[in-house]
Amino acid sequence: MTKARPVGLFVPCYVDQLYPDVAMATLEVLEKQGLSVDFPSQQTCCGQPMANTGCDGQAEPLARRMVSLFANYDHIVCPSGSCVAMVRHHYKNFFGADDAAYQHVRKNTFELTEYLTDVLKVERIGGRFPHRVGLHASCHGLRELRLGHASELGRGVPTQDRARHLLSGLQDITLVELSRPDECCGFGGTFAVAEEAVSTMMGCDRIADHERAGAEIITAGDMSCLMHLEGLIGRQKKPIRIMHIAQILAGRPVDAEGPR
Amino acid sequence: MSEATATHSDHPKRATAFIKDHTRAQWHDQALWFVRTKRDRAVDLVPEWQTLRETAAAIKAHTVARLPDYLEQFEANATAAGATVHWARNADEHNRIVLQLLQRHRVSRIVKSKSMLTEECHLNPFLEQHGIEVTDTDLGERIVQLRKEPPSHIVLPAIHLKKEDVGDTFSEHLGTPKGLSDPQQLTEAARLHLREKFMQAEAGITGVNFAIAESGGIVVCTNEGNADLGCSLPRLHIACMGIEKLIPRIADLGVFTRLLARSATGQPITSYTSHFHGPQKGGELHIVMVDNGRTQIRQSDDYRRSLACIRCGACMNTCPVYRRSGGHSYGSTVPGPIGSILSPSSDPAAHRSLPFACTLCGSCTDVCPVKIDLHHQLLTWRKDLASLGLVAWTKRFSMVIASFVMARPWLYRMAGTWGKRIGRWLPRALLMKGPAAWMNPWVRSRELPPLPAASFREMFRKRSRTKE
Repeated sequence: MTKARPVGLFVPCYVDQLYPDVAMATLEVLEKQGLSVDFPSQQTCCGQPMANTGCDGQAEPLARRMVSLFANYDHIVCPSGSCVAMVRHHYKNFFGADDAAYQHVRKNTFELTEYLTDVLKVERIGGRFPHRVGLHASCHGLRELRLGHASELGRGVPTQDRARHLLSGLQDITLVELSRPDECCGFGGTFAVAEEAVSTMMGCDRIADHERAGAEIITAGDMSCLMHLEGLIGRQKKPIRIMHIAQILAGRPVDAEGPR
Repeated sequence: MSEATATHSDHPKRATAFIKDHTRAQWHDQALWFVRTKRDRAVDLVPEWQTLRETAAAIKAHTVARLPDYLEQFEANATAAGATVHWARNADEHNRIVLQLLQRHRVSRIVKSKSMLTEECHLNPFLEQHGIEVTDTDLGERIVQLRKEPPSHIVLPAIHLKKEDVGDTFSEHLGTPKGLSDPQQLTEAARLHLREKFMQAEAGITGVNFAIAESGGIVVCTNEGNADLGCSLPRLHIACMGIEKLIPRIADLGVFTRLLARSATGQPITSYTSHFHGPQKGGELHIVMVDNGRTQIRQSDDYRRSLACIRCGACMNTCPVYRRSGGHSYGSTVPGPIGSILSPSSDPAAHRSLPFACTLCGSCTDVCPVKIDLHHQLLTWRKDLASLGLVAWTKRFSMVIASFVMARPWLYRMAGTWGKRIGRWLPRALLMKGPAAWMNPWVRSRELPPLPAASFREMFRKRSRTKE
């Protein structure tokens, strides 16, 4: 059963260039749900790095490109909570509230786990992953898109954790309990280089938490967090590995060398 | 390192220095995380926490919108209750009003309970210049005062110090035995020392947590009871407050006292919540209302909401950057997320590194008891700093280049292909060591990301072709 109109695959620029398998895994996960998937080849970057540096003038033309490239898709899916948050919450500086194309793209751009859970209503994704997995809650997915439950909000606020829900449907997977379930990894875009000392300490602390919990794999919805953690793990020659959640859901094996 | 002497707060530099002592930085992070978890447990016992936050935010938004009316109402009611209200446009006026009051009463020794406003106005050095002895009576404040340091946190002013540091300070200034670091004995020594100061004081200065327009009363929240002692023994009580401390009705107070202590330390309520309606018998109560930039913030649609802040410090305790860089790394009276919004409005150039001392993780926004959208305001500050030309040229330049490339898919494709090709061909050491590490801080502690042979778009095109 293939849907008549394809979904638009929105791939973060650095994933396209550095982690192509994450995008390929996303494509496969979506196709397995019976969808046909289009990749508009003129897409580049959503403009988030520029906006987060205060350079709205440089972000705006990229935001305009994004909207015009994806305006004709019913649904747009992206394996990054951070880039989706940019489109959903931070494009408003660049478009009028009555801009129909912008409003359509804003309302119909989804993060992968969000799309699977909330739109496709997937209860269980088939497959087996016999590993101990630590789930890193990437901040923008967690607090800008509310994909899970932020620990600050207290027990009075029930929220389904989409990534946890999908992962726990895999056979033989063990999701480990972290002592700080949703602390930031310290990537933060240009923060990673401008505040190198704090960024490094934050990343090392996150990795240590996953190690103490006995995780073999750290997974997350955002590759940027994982790129930072992978860099630290590689330098320290630690055995723990990172995988994007799309790779786990697509049934990729654990690569002893890490994902390439 | 007082703020007054710092010309440009370079957060990354100071943070790097703080982290050099890794064990201490780790201890600092864990001490504050402990406070955060205590706060979480307290919040979990209040099922209506989110409703409380929304109510508090609404009360503050309303009060700030109608601030002139409420200020006049407060002045009338406080005056009717026997207090004298003074108005100060800025720190300088505030300090002069306080000095004149003290001089008129021939006061040479005062005790002061915790007030971030008097820190903001640098009242202590000003009074000391005029021959007045100022004793901070909050234990943490007294410790940093003896060390001639500014507070590093607005609720826990000496959180950057270990008990051994306090032992050293007390042995130097209070004559406790060298090497004594037992918290109970140190506290006892401070208590004896402070009792003496309380007995000698001729006036007491306090801050204000809430001022109630409808009654003209002020409310001071402490855990040590030092505010009560400091303004009960002397006949002159001067209360200093920012004009944003106002709330309309007594009925509104409960919303804030329920939020304040839980957010600050995880306590259900502060040990002392003291209400002052007019002076004590035979005494005088002076309330100094300070603007010092608040009206300017009130006029800004972007930053107005920051005036709702009740100074609980929860955003500091939760901030992963603050916990690892220490309060002094911010070089401003109020550090952490809220300080990084407030400080640039008084001097954008001096505080330009602060809105970037943040990963935009958003934890501060979710922890804030009055729902200030802290991380979004920090993002807005970045934009404002960029338009003021206060963002480093390296950052701006790289964004201009990146935007130019990203707006041209052919150039993006070419840069990607050749970047990876050259990167794969070059020896890795050349990309990671020596000048590379100097130019690209990424590789100082991290490996470079992988450089795969093909991008996704190339793989996708190939895949589509084989499918057809």
